[in-house]
Amino acid sequence: MNDVALAWEQFRFERKLFWRNPSAAFFNFLLPVLFLVLIATAFASDEDELDVLIPGIAGMGVLATTFTALAFNLTMLRDEGVLKRIRGTPIPAGAYLAGFIGSAALNAFLQVALVVVIGRLAYGVQWPEDPLLLALFTGLGVVCFAALGVAYAHVIPNEDAAPAYTNAVFLPLLFISGVFYSTDDLPTALAAVAEALPLKHLIDGLSDAIVGGAGAAGAAAVVGAWALAGIVLAVRFFRWE
Amino acid sequence: MPNLAIEVSELRKSYGPVEAVRGLSFEVEQGEVFGLLGPNGAGKTTTVEILEGYRQRSAGEVRVLGRDPEERDRRLQERVGIVLQSCGFYPRVTVQEALSHFARAYPAPRDPDETIALVGLEEKADARTKDLSGGQRRRLDLALALIGDPELVFLDEPTTGFDPAARRTAWGVVRRLKELGKTVLLTTHYLDEAQELSDRVAIVKDGRIVAEGPPDQLGPDSSRYRVSYVSDGRRVEHQTDDPTELLHRLTRDALARGERLDGLEVTRPTLEEVYLELTREADAL
Repeated sequence: MNDVALAWEQFRFERKLFWRNPSAAFFNFLLPVLFLVLIATAFASDEDELDVLIPGIAGMGVLATTFTALAFNLTMLRDEGVLKRIRGTPIPAGAYLAGFIGSAALNAFLQVALVVVIGRLAYGVQWPEDPLLLALFTGLGVVCFAALGVAYAHVIPNEDAAPAYTNAVFLPLLFISGVFYSTDDLPTALAAVAEALPLKHLIDGLSDAIVGGAGAAGAAAVVGAWALAGIVLAVRFFRWE
Repeated sequence: MPNLAIEVSELRKSYGPVEAVRGLSFEVEQGEVFGLLGPNGAGKTTTVEILEGYRQRSAGEVRVLGRDPEERDRRLQERVGIVLQSCGFYPRVTVQEALSHFARAYPAPRDPDETIALVGLEEKADARTKDLSGGQRRRLDLALALIGDPELVFLDEPTTGFDPAARRTAWGVVRRLKELGKTVLLTTHYLDEAQELSDRVAIVKDGRIVAEGPPDQLGPDSSRYRVSYVSDGRRVEHQTDDPTELLHRLTRDALARGERLDGLEVTRPTLEEVYLELTREADAL
């Protein structure tokens, strides 16, 4: 098989693995939707709040399906010796990682689509103003947070530490990046931290694509810069065991 | 000249200030089963992992099927099967699915079902890997190493954790590999395993080879034949480098006295005795 066929085989295999793992399915799909439904129900009459919440939850979905899932799974695969086994076969590293990361990317796109559809059907939020921009920004977010997730896995010492390490980033990032409420209300110090990190800018971009208004170009520059840094770190420090 | 599957010459590997492998050389012919023996920390696994392409050597020359494993050439990986000492599985796939998945990475793989049968896992073909026992996981390790139909198989402690029946199965598999003309590099703690399976063994101690040869001819120069018999209800033992002369003397004297030498035995030191003597000797240095 050539590299593309092997990457495809790996991708299909990863899809099978994903659906057999109930906790992965919960954290990747159910948790963001659960947040969406609980919070949206509380603010269902407030259109402005919903316009913040829908892109925010979409951003959370990208973070959960790429950064959190990849950092967690890669640590587990490394700790269990699965990566070492793969390293001992003719499967090229690029084909393996393409299939592995591609599966996470598909989850991110499914999650964003799910959030937009629920927002429209259940809460009357408009269909995305600019679907192409939404797809592009989701793609950029996937590249950024997938790379950062792979890079972050290098820092996590072992499988047991993985939930603590990933949640230590995931949860604070949600609360400062405007997932549940607008960052306009944050204290300046926290706002400055959020401003330096990529999630807020991803949400700004998604927001621009879905409800319009926020400047997507500046947001894309920040997310793109983090993506580059993430790729460099992910490749530079990759370890198979 | 026979084709060499593995050539190792003056191999060295340091981890920081620690030199784990200190100038190790050996060759393995194609079709041969070669055993690497030695205590923990002797450098066996480091050596094998260099041959498998996992580690970079500090110095020396290495050729595996004519190629340098450090280059990690895919054409080499396709011809090699690896059983590592410990190595995980995807937990939520079945034995059959794991083999079918990895089979696709090879140009001419074995049939997954036939490979499952070869290692004796038929009853567990549809079990998920996380539900396998330790010995069954080791059989799956072996099956995954064989799925690409490799010319050369690395077996690092392949039967650790096996019950006696599973060990016999694994030994049968290694003999089958040999019949098929495959080359096997085996590391093991079990001396009976090395003796049973290997055409030649090398004993590694402190990163060097201290003895090498067919298991039944291996031994330091001091190793002696033992000649023993029972006399007055007690076993009498003599050690000698020249059993012919000793036997002749003993039997001649016994005949002269009109006695029989009951329970007469001539034995070579077992591999275990040679091993213990060599590794102890090296310890004293």
